[in-house]
Order: sequence, then structure tokens, then C-alpha cells
Amino acid sequence: MITAERKPMEELIECLRPYHRILLVGCNECVTVCSAGGRKEVGILSSALQMAFMKEGKTLEIREITLERQCDPEYIEELVTDISQAEAVMSMACGCGVQEIAKRFKEKPVFPAVNTSFMGASEQQGVWAERCQGCGDCVLGITGGICPVARCSKQLFNGPCGGSTTGKCEINPDIDCAWQLIWDRMKALGIEENYEKNMPPKDWRTSRGGGPRTIIREDLAK
Amino acid sequence: MKTESILEKVITSGNLALTSECGPPRGTSSEKVIEKAKMLKGYVDAVNVTDNQTAMVRMSSLAACVFIKQLGMDPILQMVTRDRNRLAMQSDILGAYAHGINTMVCLSGDHPYFGDHPMAKNVHDIDSIQLVQMVKDMRDKGKFQGGDDILNPPKMFIGAAANPFADPFELRVARLAKKINAGADFVQTQCIYNLDKFEKWMEGVRDRGLHEKIHILAGITPMKTAGMAKYMKNRVPGMDVPDEVIKRMSGVPKEKQADEGIKISVEAIERLKAVEGVKGFHLMAIEWEEKVPEIAEKAGLLPRPEFGN
Repeated sequence: MITAERKPMEELIECLRPYHRILLVGCNECVTVCSAGGRKEVGILSSALQMAFMKEGKTLEIREITLERQCDPEYIEELVTDISQAEAVMSMACGCGVQEIAKRFKEKPVFPAVNTSFMGASEQQGVWAERCQGCGDCVLGITGGICPVARCSKQLFNGPCGGSTTGKCEINPDIDCAWQLIWDRMKALGIEENYEKNMPPKDWRTSRGGGPRTIIREDLAK
Repeated sequence: MKTESILEKVITSGNLALTSECGPPRGTSSEKVIEKAKMLKGYVDAVNVTDNQTAMVRMSSLAACVFIKQLGMDPILQMVTRDRNRLAMQSDILGAYAHGINTMVCLSGDHPYFGDHPMAKNVHDIDSIQLVQMVKDMRDKGKFQGGDDILNPPKMFIGAAANPFADPFELRVARLAKKINAGADFVQTQCIYNLDKFEKWMEGVRDRGLHEKIHILAGITPMKTAGMAKYMKNRVPGMDVPDEVIKRMSGVPKEKQADEGIKISVEAIERLKAVEGVKGFHLMAIEWEEKVPEIAEKAGLLPRPEFGN
């Protein structure tokens, strides 16, 4: 999933200061799963904002809505009525959702309520960790199912570097050394010989090196 | 001979090689580079010039290499993949070679997290092993990494680093093999304090015959104080400083610790000379360059061979 964390209250209050009526929009997808911007978080943020403004002697009218998916124009359409009555929108979706609202409602200011972080997985209750950088040319089949792009601090394709210590990364003992994980997995799979095949320089065009990316499925596109 | 590198000449002639290191200043004074390099002149075969070591901004390795070259010495250009993409690295390699710099060491570099710009974007377009391969293809195929031909290709003697002390130990010989496959001519190792472990690594290297495919220069760093020994043990990633070494440094009065540190280095060199496959030493006297001649002398590594250049 795409993970996100809510921005600090002060920052949110600051960007909403000029407004009296806003629409607070959650998303029922990834940000719900990582407890950053689903229906529940919309409710919590709404109350917190109203209380904060009340303390300042100001009222902020907040209309709450949580869409099935904010990154989908079909669902964005559901905002038409509510948005016309609001001076500004605060979105609790990832950056994709925020931009969909901006694209559809050109005259309406929209503010992100969360910092979109990474594509990750849940490690335990309340803990998420990065797993994928969407480089566009997946190597997981060669690296035993552990990604060196997303999980090695130096993105080494031929690690581990000289800083790997007891299975941990040199920059933080809480981070696993990706290449230790890759090696352990290669051993478990009995494919140790893969390790000594040098991986060539990556073609970053499939990643951000080629500019903003688009996927066009001819069979689906109209 | 693949190159004009003095280091290649020394090693090929059967002499034990001796390299040292010079960290460029955190400012613009060329005098600092020249002053440090002069302390090493005549006592080592070539001098590594670090590339923003510990991820702190310093004068560029290439610029400092040129100053050292102008002294009639042989600089070794260090290059890390952290700060530049393949375009920038290749253009610097062309520039370096045009300035007569013919030896380099390919590294990934310390993570920016450790330096003075932890907020910087780290590049890592390619890794150190891919950099070795790129420099080799520039030399042997006359091709840029992108595939185009190079006019007058740079003929670099290609170095890499090896850390026998990092984990997992079982991969440390294999990773050397990968560097050999990529085209490394020589490696300089991490500072060796745990000689037993180094010898064990060398055993693994010899078992696979790798010592005949690459020149291994053993890394030696003299310790100035017991404090430095403890710091290296506890704070420097990938460093293996056994307790006996700490004990030995702490066991002498403060004013004698520097001498003890030098003694430990000299003893290490003496012992490692006997290890089959060790082709020389990389003496990294960090901010202590003036001690290099003394250590080289005591370890019987002087005079350096001359090749009439």
C-alpha cells in the first residue's frame, strides 16, 4: 500500500486560517489501511481542527466525506455538490488523491493533510516499512524476493557494502541490511550461485529517470 | 602492463607496493594539499586522494589530485558513487586522465547520513562494482557506459576496496570475486587490527586462487590514542578492533600511546608481509601523514623502487 502520515496540526491550522467553510476528504484505500486518512481519521482531524479554531475564537465549518478512491476520477465526481459550498478542500488521501481533486476542481484550493511516504507493508500493529520504489523494472525474481532498490540504503545492486554489521544497516541498527536478507534468502532457496552474477547498471528510464511515467494499456484505453 | 600506472609497475616488478592517503581540505587552500603530499614524497608509490570522505564536503579529489601530480607525485583518484551519476563520473575520469592521473579507486562512499549534509539526495545511480566495470570498459573497449566510442580512452589502473571484517563474513571473499569479475586490478582493504580474521579471509581468497587475479594491498591505520582505538571499535561501521588492541593502547601512559600505535602498525605490516597474496600496504595515517615515513622505515618498506619517472 501507499503509506502516509498526518502532517503536524500547526501546519494544517496555518493553511486553513483564511477559510471558514472547508471540505475534509478522506480516502477508503491505502490511507485507511495505514490509519492516516480514512473515515476514522477524517472524524478525528475534523474535531481537532474545530477545537483548535474555537480556542482562537473562530468557527470553522467542516463537511466530512470519505471517497471510495480519491485517485479515481469516477469517485472524485461525488464531490461536486459538497465542494461548491466549501471555500477550500483538505484532502487526507495520498498525493495522487490530492492532485485528482486539484485537476477536477480548478478554482478550488486544495491542501494535503498527510505526507505521503512510501509503498510499504505492515510489519506489526502500527508499524509500516518501505518495500518498493516503483522502479519499473522489478528484480525481485533475481534477488530472492527482497528489493535492493527500496531496502538497501545505498541502493546497491551488488551488495552488501562494508558497513553491514550483524545483519543490520550501518546507518541505523533498526534497519535490516537488505543484502544480508537477500543472501539469507538465496541460501534458503539454494540459489547461492546467483550472488556472484554481477548485476549490470540499472536502466533508470523505467523509473523517474525517464520523466513522469504513464502506463497505456491499448486493450483498455479508449 | 595495462596502464602507465606507477602502482602497476611496482606490483608487477615484484616489489611490495606502498600507498598512502591524503584527505583534501575543507576549503580552498591548495597549500594544505601540497603540504600533506610533500610529507609523503619519496616514501610511498602513490597517494589516494579521498572523495568527500565520511560524506563531508571537501575540495574535490580530482582537483587535489592535480596539485599532487604537479609535485611530480602519483595520485590515486578516489571516486564514490554517492554524489554523482554515471555522466558526471565518466566526465571526471576523462578529465583526470587528461591530467595524467592513471590510477583510481572505485567506492560506493559513506552514506550521507554520517556527513555534514545528511539532507542531501544520495545518487547511487550505479554501485562501486558497476563503477569498476564502467572504468574497465572505458579502458579496454574504449566505450562509454552508454555504448558510444571514446576518443583516446582513459587507461586507468583500477582499484576497489575490500572489507574482510564486515558481515556476513561468508560473503566477503565472494564479493572480492565480484570485483575481480567487474575488472578490478587491485584492492585496498579496510584497516586491519584483527590480523587473525584477515588471515582467515586471505585463506578463503587463496582457496579460490583469487590472490592471483587481483593485487591485495593490506590497509593499515596507526592509532594515535587509546581513545581513537575505542572510537574506531564502537563508532566506525565495519571496523574490527579486538579488545587486546584497546588494552595494549590503554596500557601505556598517554604520552606514549602514539608510539605504541605506530609499533602496533609496524608489527602488523611485518606479520602480513608473510601472508601469501598480500602485494603491499595501504597506509592510512589519518591527519597524521608525517608519521608515514617513520612507519615505512621501521617496517622495512624503504627505499621505494624507482622507475625513472
